[in-house]
Amino acid sequence: MATISAPEHVRSNALQNAAGLGVAGQPLLDVRNLSLSFATAGGALPVTRNVSFSIAPGERVGLVGESGCGKTVTGLSLLRLLPTHSARIEGDVLFDGTDLLKLSPRRMRAVRGRDIAMIFQEPMSALDPVFTVGDQISEAYRIHFPASKAEGRERAIAALREVGIPAPERRCDEYPHQLSGGMRQRVMIAMALICKPKLLIADEPTTALDVTVQAQITDLLRSLSERTGTALIFITHDLGVVAETCTRMITMYAGEVVEDAPVDDVLTRPRHPYTSGLLRSLPGLSKRRGVLASIPGRVPSPQAMPAGCRFRSRCTHAAPGCEADQRMIEIEPGHAARCWRAPELALAGAVN
Amino acid sequence: MTAARHDAADAGILAVRDLRILFPSRDGRDTVKAIDGMDFEVKVGETFGVIGESGSGKTTLGRALVSLLRPTYGQILHDGTDPATLGSRAFRQHRRDYQIIFQDPNAALNPRMTIIDSVVEPLEILREGDAASRRRRGIEMLERVGLAAEAADRYPHQLSGGQKQRVNIARVLTLRPKVIVCDEVVAALDVSIRGDVLNLFADLQREFGLTYVFITHDISVVSHISDRIAVTYLGKLMELGPAEDVVERPLHPYTRALLSSEPIPLPSHLRVDRRIILEGEIPSPVSPPSGCRFRTRCPSVQPRCAEDVPAWREVRPGHLVACHFATAEGPPADNQQARSAS
Repeated sequence: MATISAPEHVRSNALQNAAGLGVAGQPLLDVRNLSLSFATAGGALPVTRNVSFSIAPGERVGLVGESGCGKTVTGLSLLRLLPTHSARIEGDVLFDGTDLLKLSPRRMRAVRGRDIAMIFQEPMSALDPVFTVGDQISEAYRIHFPASKAEGRERAIAALREVGIPAPERRCDEYPHQLSGGMRQRVMIAMALICKPKLLIADEPTTALDVTVQAQITDLLRSLSERTGTALIFITHDLGVVAETCTRMITMYAGEVVEDAPVDDVLTRPRHPYTSGLLRSLPGLSKRRGVLASIPGRVPSPQAMPAGCRFRSRCTHAAPGCEADQRMIEIEPGHAARCWRAPELALAGAVN
Repeated sequence: MTAARHDAADAGILAVRDLRILFPSRDGRDTVKAIDGMDFEVKVGETFGVIGESGSGKTTLGRALVSLLRPTYGQILHDGTDPATLGSRAFRQHRRDYQIIFQDPNAALNPRMTIIDSVVEPLEILREGDAASRRRRGIEMLERVGLAAEAADRYPHQLSGGQKQRVNIARVLTLRPKVIVCDEVVAALDVSIRGDVLNLFADLQREFGLTYVFITHDISVVSHISDRIAVTYLGKLMELGPAEDVVERPLHPYTRALLSSEPIPLPSHLRVDRRIILEGEIPSPVSPPSGCRFRTRCPSVQPRCAEDVPAWREVRPGHLVACHFATAEGPPADNQQARSAS
């Protein structure tokens, strides 16, 4: 695809050199200028614009932002799970060098679940209530590999054991409603990992769970990723979960990537005012019964997206120059922000 | 009544006495023990935080506190009065003092009513003033919670989640209540506006002398705003004490585990690895474990925990706990640590 804005492309290459490089020297996933719009009665409604990032083999990346910032649709568009009649996707999604957006539907189906798997927020609605969990996990395997029913069952039991479900031989024959919320999410993870994918996209996998169960699931995802070398895209609004699970954090705002940095760096010294605002809004980090920080205003709607920096109207650092379109600037190796003032601003992070 | 009033002097604005709330299960064969014996009091002007996982009974408790549910056993006293004993007219007047705000700001507003119509409806029900004065009061309250008067004639779908939650706050404030139960009021809001809404709650408390019962699963929220915190588990209180003590020096192994499982957004070199990962999930409230309800997941479990129900004891001044082995020093060591130490 002919790139619309050259700097974007240059930027994404620069970033790969810094952060997205694997051992073999090639990123596992390279997303370039991914723009998504939905067809509506009132014309095309742009949802994300020029989203670019890359992920190295085995890397765990947190994709954060508030509701409506485009993180879930970005996850879905990587796997082409959006309705084809209304969603228009532009850009490149290079996975192991192949552009997923150009694959035939049949070849795309071979990628889903095999090379890239996805788990969702609400495990109950992602599982089929009329089949046993064993059948569903085994199906995920047998779609991609020639295996007998018996072998599928064996593999399903092994996968359940792997994700820490006690008595997997018995659980295998149970239906989703017989399992608790945490168990169902474990089943989803077992199903997602049974083909040993190279990349797992987890969309708010712990949001519906209690905090003690959330801790179990994030620990499980991290240790599985470390053990099997599966790369992880962790879509969440919870910066604490990202801090504990991921190695890199990508912040999205109003359909754009606004910051891309190693987790420890960005928590200590965020470079985009929006990331800093998110970090400062967390109540646990401010003084008890003191006044909480917040970000004034609200996310602009896709119908009325302002020109220039999309965060400008809510930004306390807005200045002349912000009305121009912002591109990602690499501030230090591996740390980029979509803010021309980023190099000069000293923004508060999670620690002060 | 005089006896009850006398009793009320030290009872606080809300007093919960041996509260039990039971529901029949869906097939009618079992009993769900949503609340299975709770005792506490809420003091005038304080923010009383209630924290617990889903299934701990915290939402049931909130509804019972404002008489949306009747206690199966036990009592809830409002300023010394048991609302269950009031006649329907007196009850209607009485309950204006005890209000509740719910989690989902969307579901709490009728999509076919304008904002101002929703806000003045409680006043209409109580037949206060005429339509013009009600509207005036409604708009005053909308402005007080930070909404422009133009919002009054809009419909809920034209407002953001944060604005809708402000409307819900304005609606209960028109009644000038004494107590507001806040059930997960910021859970549905984005982090960036959560702070604003919590700040508003704090301002309104100072201005109107409100008492809050703040129910949430979010430890960082509850520890930020509460004066005292109660920790619930499977229909019972595990711990109750001053907020700072409960968060900094918890007494119950459950509280300790709950606090340690909260993900902290700190860079790795600043994070102390003190996570206690609890096994399993909260058991069914139909057949809770014998003895201590937390014993099936407790890292410090002892044989006695299966036999005796732990007493509700004051271990530090004003700091109560339901654990056989907690001392003023804190919760018992977990068994793994104890084993590796010996």
